[in-house]
Amino acid sequence: MSEVSFKVNGSAVTVDVEPRTLLVDALRQNLGLTGTHVGCDTSQCGCCVIHMDGTSVKACTMLAVQAEGSAITTIEGLAQGDELHPMQAAFRDHHGLQCGFCTPGMIMSAVDLLQHNPKPTEREIREWLEGNLCRCTGYHNIVKAIQAAAGSAVSSPMAAE
Amino acid sequence: MTEHGIGARVARKEDKRFITGHGRYTDDINVPGQAYAFFVRSPLAHARINRVDTAAATAAPGVIGVLTGADVAAAGVGGLICGWAVTGKGGAAMKAGAHPILAHQKARYVGDHVAVVVARTYTQARDAAELVEVDYAELPAVIDLATARDATSVHDEIERNTVYEWELGDQAATDAALGNAAHVTTIEITNNRLIPNAMEPRAAIGQYDVGTGQHTLYTTSQNPHVARLVISAFVGLAAEHQLRVVAPDVGGGFGSKIFIYAEECVCLWASKKLGVPIKWVAERTESFLADAHGRDHVTKASLAMDADGTFTALKVHTTANMGAYLSTFASSVPTYLYGTLLAGQYKTPAIYCEVDAVYTNTAPVDAYRGAGRPEATYLIETLVETAARETGRDPAELRRRNLIQPGDFPYQTPVALAYDTGNYEAHLDTALELADYNGFPARKAEAASRGKLRGIGLSCYIEACGLAPSQVVGSLGAGVGLWEAGKVRFSVTGKLQVFTGSHSHGQGHETTFAQVMASKLGVHYDDIEVFHGDTDQTPMGMGTYGSRSLAVGGSALANAADKIIEKGRRIAAHLLEASERDIDFANGRFTVRGTNREKTIGEVVFAAYVPHNYPEDLEPGMEETAFYDPANFTFPAGTYVCEVEVEPDTGTVEIVKFTAVDDFGKVVNPMIVEGQVHGGLAQGIGQAMLENAVYDPASGQLLTGSYMDYCMPRADDVPSFDVSTTETACTHNPLGVKGCGEAGAIGSPPALMNAIADAVGTRVSMPATPEKVWQAIHGSAVAQAAE
Ligand code: FES
Ligand code: FES
Repeated sequence: MSEVSFKVNGSAVTVDVEPRTLLVDALRQNLGLTGTHVGCDTSQCGCCVIHMDGTSVKACTMLAVQAEGSAITTIEGLAQGDELHPMQAAFRDHHGLQCGFCTPGMIMSAVDLLQHNPKPTEREIREWLEGNLCRCTGYHNIVKAIQAAAGSAVSSPMAAE
Repeated sequence: MTEHGIGARVARKEDKRFITGHGRYTDDINVPGQAYAFFVRSPLAHARINRVDTAAATAAPGVIGVLTGADVAAAGVGGLICGWAVTGKGGAAMKAGAHPILAHQKARYVGDHVAVVVARTYTQARDAAELVEVDYAELPAVIDLATARDATSVHDEIERNTVYEWELGDQAATDAALGNAAHVTTIEITNNRLIPNAMEPRAAIGQYDVGTGQHTLYTTSQNPHVARLVISAFVGLAAEHQLRVVAPDVGGGFGSKIFIYAEECVCLWASKKLGVPIKWVAERTESFLADAHGRDHVTKASLAMDADGTFTALKVHTTANMGAYLSTFASSVPTYLYGTLLAGQYKTPAIYCEVDAVYTNTAPVDAYRGAGRPEATYLIETLVETAARETGRDPAELRRRNLIQPGDFPYQTPVALAYDTGNYEAHLDTALELADYNGFPARKAEAASRGKLRGIGLSCYIEACGLAPSQVVGSLGAGVGLWEAGKVRFSVTGKLQVFTGSHSHGQGHETTFAQVMASKLGVHYDDIEVFHGDTDQTPMGMGTYGSRSLAVGGSALANAADKIIEKGRRIAAHLLEASERDIDFANGRFTVRGTNREKTIGEVVFAAYVPHNYPEDLEPGMEETAFYDPANFTFPAGTYVCEVEVEPDTGTVEIVKFTAVDDFGKVVNPMIVEGQVHGGLAQGIGQAMLENAVYDPASGQLLTGSYMDYCMPRADDVPSFDVSTTETACTHNPLGVKGCGEAGAIGSPPALMNAIADAVGTRVSMPATPEKVWQAIHGSAVAQAAE
């Protein structure tokens, strides 16, 4: 077993893991942070996206030991207390989720997109989401939510048309 | 319409937990002392199992037990069942092969579960599974649908690999009309095999309490009560009253989580046998191999019409792949959910359909979003479009000529169903207008000037939803009734708890059902909580599939609310010293008609729980249950129009506009309904352009067993959609609703495929990959020259 220390959502943690343990398993099992999901075994669905040192990464594609010394944010750490992150609020307001399984990864990925590109076009959003699968929404409202979070004028699905 | 009632676009109650990472899916649950299961799966498509040597695995670190099909047989554990006994031609009984929860003596597809290893940790179980030695004697794999009936038997006792040969309709009348037709269009068509791929893989925790004898199964199910029934009555693992099935948050289903699967049963059985709670979570590879697949039909069909383009007959022969075992509802999909839908939206007077269902050495095939209805729609709408092209008619006008008209309802089709209501021309007209159908020739010319091939395609679909009237399905061989139950419970302080037998795995029932209750009872939306998915907490239920939750489950809740109102009326009459007949109820208030004397529902509820001043002969309390059995199916219908541009040099297809107009009856939350359509459209587009489950025809290996090989629609594969609705209210349920969950996946493949055919001038098979489209444009001679 190996000891790994890093920061998660602002708190310092140390976990004891096998060298082969994936970061996503350390988060889910050792730390009980089950908001980060596992949807595949080939690093292609994006259900597991977290931020490491401010950048989105797939937590299924890293070993836990590689997280030593890093600062990680998971979906549980995105809101400030009761105040949702604007991306979380946009997903809710634009019905950007149905079953919710892809949602944490989608939101974490989308937050990182706006860090890189604060005003993405629809095409740029769709291309950025290449690494995130959603089987429920057809992506339509996910794209709308991200556009809204980026401050673009998007008609709200909650306003009667 | 109130702010949060029926018809309002309300943000979903369930979203808070999902956007903050606090959803509670099966794999998020951990039970103290739980061990982990890993399944040993057959690497061969078809093989006798001579021997399973578990000694080395049993001795491996952390291993608690290794169990095989022989252990299951020795313990007298029952098998999985197909719940719908389809009767074939001449009254022949369906042939259902045994389906043990661990394969015994024979493995029948790649991924068939042969043994289970249970260990302290997941990695220990997985490592030990590699030490299980299975001695297989390989048999020829039966993969090709066309030759399956002449191949080796998948189930030794079942001849010609035939599950049933089924027929529906009037063969003589259909043949006569085909003989007299002015024009007959005949096509051969394949409906490609799909893998459902809900983003949450299946998972289970089986638990047995020695002290109480209670069993608990946490599982990713769309219908926990049916799981309880099958596991109890057929697999025989626990008496029904001693089995609790919990389906917590479930990450998508699309049909694949309706079924009662072997792995979940094994977790429950082994937990008692080995004395530990057991958790299993499928790896995605296992989902590809062992979740029930969808579609997989090969069909030949002919459509006859007279000289003015009126359809006179439709004749269909379909071979349906059932896979290696009959899954829970498999037999009903290519029959009662397919053959009965072949009238579509049209007044075709004579229809005859034959379906041969066959076993192959592939994963079981069962309902996947739409289930039978996408296959029917793809067939009809391809035939109609082809007929229009062959006879030089406008496809929209050919459809219009043959539509069932509003005055024809109720309309008895020649294939058993009676449509209650609809206005097909209304959504046809709306869709053509929104898609600017008349402006298409100009857009085509403009695209041609840029070297692009532009095409437009239509699809007019109908589906039978709101499954289903129990007596009807019973007469057709269903083993269960398809009613739904709902319970409405007021607390003393006037808050509302609503319990439903429906199950939400993305559909947003916690919101929609709360809106229905807010409208019915006048209770504020925020004071309503909806519960589902736990057999110990909710009334009986038949679960969620077939777009039935609102039409059947919502109707049960509406009826339970009516019982609450009736009881409240008696209490209010007593409190207001008036006659019950003079009490009106609206917006949460009981009023003496023609006066301003009133009691709020909160006051009445309080009186029911604190019955100090109360009618003498009335029970206290305010909690009512209703069971609702629908009188008929519901019939959502719509018109979809797709416009594409094809790049002739590469064969790539771009969807430039997709218009969907649906008639779902009354709509409770338009935002949620639009979301359902979006998701269905993307799945339908996936089927049409990207997705295809492929088995190697010789070895039976699944060649598309990961996201690297099976092409899921990604955000940049699909466009934004233009969706809207027209409305004819369902005539036979209290809410006037029809259901919206499957429409998008049913209506979209033919619209897209017809658009591609229009662009390139010939039909292409699904999935329309760039390679196939390029070959369609350049012809096989060019393709050969290029090789
Ligand atoms: S779990 Fe699928 S990409 Fe990480
Ligand atoms: S919301 Fe279900 S997978 Fe995206």
